[in-house]
Amino acid sequence: MREISVKAIEDSIAKMCIDANHYLDEDLKNCMAQHLAEEPSLVGRQMLESIQENIAIAEEGIFPLCQDTGMACVFLEIGQDVHLIDGNLEDAINEGVRRGYGDGYLRKSIVRDPLDRVNTGDNTPAYIHYEIVPGDKVTITVAPKGFGSENMSKIKMLPPAAGENGVKDFVVEVAEMAGANPCPPIVVGVGIGGTFDKAALMAKKALLKPLDKPNESPYYDAMEKELLDRINALGIGPQGFGGKTTALAVNIITAPTHIAGLPVAVNVNCHVSRHKTVVL
Amino acid sequence: MAIRISEPFTKDKFADLKAGDSVLITGTVYTARDAAHKRITEAIARGEEPPFPIQDSIIYYVGPTPPKPGRPIGSAGPTTSYRMDAYAPTLLDLGEVAMIGKGQRSEEVMQAVTRNGAVYLAAIGGAAALMARCVKSAEVIAYDDLGAEAVRKLYVEDLPVVVVLDPVGGNLYVEGREEYLNSIK
Ligand code: SF4
Repeated sequence: MREISVKAIEDSIAKMCIDANHYLDEDLKNCMAQHLAEEPSLVGRQMLESIQENIAIAEEGIFPLCQDTGMACVFLEIGQDVHLIDGNLEDAINEGVRRGYGDGYLRKSIVRDPLDRVNTGDNTPAYIHYEIVPGDKVTITVAPKGFGSENMSKIKMLPPAAGENGVKDFVVEVAEMAGANPCPPIVVGVGIGGTFDKAALMAKKALLKPLDKPNESPYYDAMEKELLDRINALGIGPQGFGGKTTALAVNIITAPTHIAGLPVAVNVNCHVSRHKTVVL
Repeated sequence: MAIRISEPFTKDKFADLKAGDSVLITGTVYTARDAAHKRITEAIARGEEPPFPIQDSIIYYVGPTPPKPGRPIGSAGPTTSYRMDAYAPTLLDLGEVAMIGKGQRSEEVMQAVTRNGAVYLAAIGGAAALMARCVKSAEVIAYDDLGAEAVRKLYVEDLPVVVVLDPVGGNLYVEGREEYLNSIK
């Protein structure tokens, strides 16, 4: 049994909230540069260049990448040989978010109730997902999620007969309907299979996958590439002003499902696709 | 080449803009998101004075991050505009000259834009750090309790925007896409 203090988890979450909102990962930056080099539209190139300039300004550490510093989505993979000490884990996670969003001058965007809409003032509570895994480590990912893109996400319970084409058409349809709203270029997370909620979770987790690694399955890797090509043939382009780069990447995660079902969830993210991970 | 427009923001300065034009805005703009729009339009309906004169105003749909010490504002990019669609026609009919946001608008908003000779401008979604640098001063003037959603009076210098809806019915989201798709045929 390895002991890990929830205070250490709190500290890492506070730091990751700030870092994720200022520094994008290299895979995303490289992906952006590659699309810029291949963007035929002048206004499209101008928008991608402005986005690159924005990334560089944010890296100075003064201004966050986006004013929507997101809902703090926290994923924990807890090794089954870990004993968490020094207090309540959930409180520690929320305290980490509270400190990160306070100390980092990040925007507080969470309301305490979906209908009475009173702001909690400290960006808590976080969205938390726990998973128990083998081993004696804790892996923490913080992914601040903006809602301009979250609002464009969709889920559909397709009949199995819809098959591969039904899945692909739905993903492209979601990107087309979203249009200029989610600040294209977008990153598209797709969850196929599982249950209603599992599909949505997989779609969200697909946004955390590296953009420069092929899908583990050659079949789904080919589907990701085809979907990216189809989305980038829509003509929406950076910021919706017309161009090729409507999406930077499509990532798919799948799971076994029921004989009667074919759930598909599409979680849309913007080009400010933020996430940081530490292993304790 | 970008077109520079400075205050006072009278409608004649926007009359010749075409969908797709790049514009740099200098002057006073007011911030409001959906919560503030709701309160402003409710105040107007009750016959009360709105927190700022609507005539010849530019409203920027933004909820900035808190300013760090010594800075007027934090990051300040546009929020998605359709959430303001229910309120925008009222303000356009009262003389609002320009809305700054991002994303598609409703049919009602498009009609109110052409009816009033107004414009809808898009700022670059997600380039909020870049735009923060254009904000020279910021002051909360109403609804402080809304936090990031309070109404702020900003002074901006060369705020970069692109015309999406022009006064004669042009729509960049439709035309830009068509033009691009035709160009690669
Ligand atoms: S969709 Fe993304 S880039 Fe656009 S405002 Fe929201 S967080 Fe920022």
